[in-house]
Amino acid sequence: MELFTGLSFSVLCIQILVGLSKATILFIVASGLTLILGVLRIPNLAHGSLYMIGAFTTYSIATAFSQSSLGFWVALLLAPLAVALIGLIMEQGLFRFLYKRDHLMMLLFTFSFSLVFADLVKMIWGSDYRSLAVPEIFQGSYLLLGMPFPRYNLFLLLLGPLFAAGLWYLTNRTLLGKISRAAAVDREMVGAVGVNVNLVYAAVFVIGCYLAGIGGALVAPTQNITQGMDHSIIIEIFLIVIIGGLGNVWGALLGAVIFGLTDAIGILVAPQFGIVFPYLAVITVLIFRPKGLLKSIW
Amino acid sequence: MIFGIFGKKSLPLVTLFLAGLFCMPFVTPRFYIYLASVILVTGLLATSLNLVLGYGGMYQFHHAVFYGVGAYTTALLLTKTSLPIWVAFASAPLVAALFGLVIGLICARLSSLHFGMLQLSLGSLLWVIVYRWYDFTGGDDGIHGISMPAAISGTTSAYYFILIITALCLLLMFILIKSPFGRILQALRDNPERCAAIGVNVTWHRILAIMIAAFFAGVAGSLFVTLEGSVFPGLLFWTLSLEILIMCLLGGWFTFFGPMLGAFLIISLRTVAGNYTEYWTLILGLMMMLTIFFLPKGVLGFVNDLFRSRSPDQPLEESSHATDKVSTKIV
Repeated sequence: MELFTGLSFSVLCIQILVGLSKATILFIVASGLTLILGVLRIPNLAHGSLYMIGAFTTYSIATAFSQSSLGFWVALLLAPLAVALIGLIMEQGLFRFLYKRDHLMMLLFTFSFSLVFADLVKMIWGSDYRSLAVPEIFQGSYLLLGMPFPRYNLFLLLLGPLFAAGLWYLTNRTLLGKISRAAAVDREMVGAVGVNVNLVYAAVFVIGCYLAGIGGALVAPTQNITQGMDHSIIIEIFLIVIIGGLGNVWGALLGAVIFGLTDAIGILVAPQFGIVFPYLAVITVLIFRPKGLLKSIW
Repeated sequence: MIFGIFGKKSLPLVTLFLAGLFCMPFVTPRFYIYLASVILVTGLLATSLNLVLGYGGMYQFHHAVFYGVGAYTTALLLTKTSLPIWVAFASAPLVAALFGLVIGLICARLSSLHFGMLQLSLGSLLWVIVYRWYDFTGGDDGIHGISMPAAISGTTSAYYFILIITALCLLLMFILIKSPFGRILQALRDNPERCAAIGVNVTWHRILAIMIAAFFAGVAGSLFVTLEGSVFPGLLFWTLSLEILIMCLLGGWFTFFGPMLGAFLIISLRTVAGNYTEYWTLILGLMMMLTIFFLPKGVLGFVNDLFRSRSPDQPLEESSHATDKVSTKIV
């Protein structure tokens, strides 16, 4: 079935699935950013760097365990924890002294972090490309509608809803989630009723960084791990967070799906300008709803 | 009160400083002339950002877009058309101001963080288009080897051209800051609610400020083309915007000459540090963190505070905090 020249129905379907699996990674990273932005009000430009560190750490751990077939899975477990630890040090060491400063100061402060991280990564891993093999269970492709679809992407597709459900549970059903949503609206009042707000802030920041690390670990087998990964993802996830509504996890999911789909389908329609479509979608949304599609939590 | 601390004695000082800059090509090697040109162009860009940021209190996260638009306008007019060169130079700021109008119309109603974020996304869209449109903008290769007329090509002549234009632009911006419009802008920064209450059209003043800042950024962009003879998408990338934000902050973003000083400090530091280490951004990052912790008003702001309790251009502390609280409640 030809939709129009060169574009068949099955190609379109596969491309939609590819877009959705890209959206999964974007959603996981962006949800971390949206938590930090929503609750702590830090526009964390270092989030992309944490994602990059997650990917590089995954590479190192997976190569260290390359004899066993479990290398990638060990890395998937450990690398995000390492990133979360870095996040804990950042928050406890520096950020908590700056909560009273305005957004601009926080933006520049996190940007200086991203500069430092970029050079640290260059020092530790050098400036060469790194690539990681897809774990053994997910090597190869399935045939869907007569088109090959990588098994690893299917794994990512399944992870997306799992993470969405987990985050929904975390923010809506747990005590931490409820307190953090309250702290996002009025920090002083939450402190006044006897909650240790600093602890809540630290926990939210660490969870956000952990999500960035997971995103980096999951993306490692699908693309080259390079310097500059941080710059390319940070704008994408910022846009996703904005169109979703700052601080709204469902908004991040919606934004990631819009971004992933417009990207994947845009490449089919106009190969050269494929990358423009997600940006166009974002601008269209923002012109009509400047504060995002869904309600932001503050 | 050009330097804030020097009061009315500042005029001879500025004249002396300008005279020194004019004599520079006679005494220093060519490399320093080139470096001084880079500092002047970047400093002009940072000063134009500071019109909106320090004086208008708007979080212009992606100011470099106007710089890139100005540079690309000049470059495209010079390479694709046979129009006289002054048309190419004159249209750069106008096109940049037009982009400022569009971005202002979309963003100006929003509160600080949303304002900055929306700008970041609009700017990124523009960057992506420039980056991908190989047939028109040269894509990620950019446009190179743009020839300039003999009068402004060559390091020294380009330096004089840049120096004169930059000095003129700075003078215009300084007059603007001291004009009633500049005062309204500062009042808007300190207390937008009260301004609205006394009948100031907040949105239009903000849009106008963005347009004026975009205009001067466009001038800086065409000066960049004069200096380098090339353009590339990096001129519209968001990291450049953050770098000039850092210059404003480091030099002192509530002072007129702070951004210029910031540009001087950062570019000379980059040149010096670049000789010793390839990890220059690490040094910049650490330096920025120290500045934010210990000198939140920047170097000139700190010097001003040493000499007097408050410079007239700086925001009123209490009211700015008050408005900050109000605006966060509104979001």
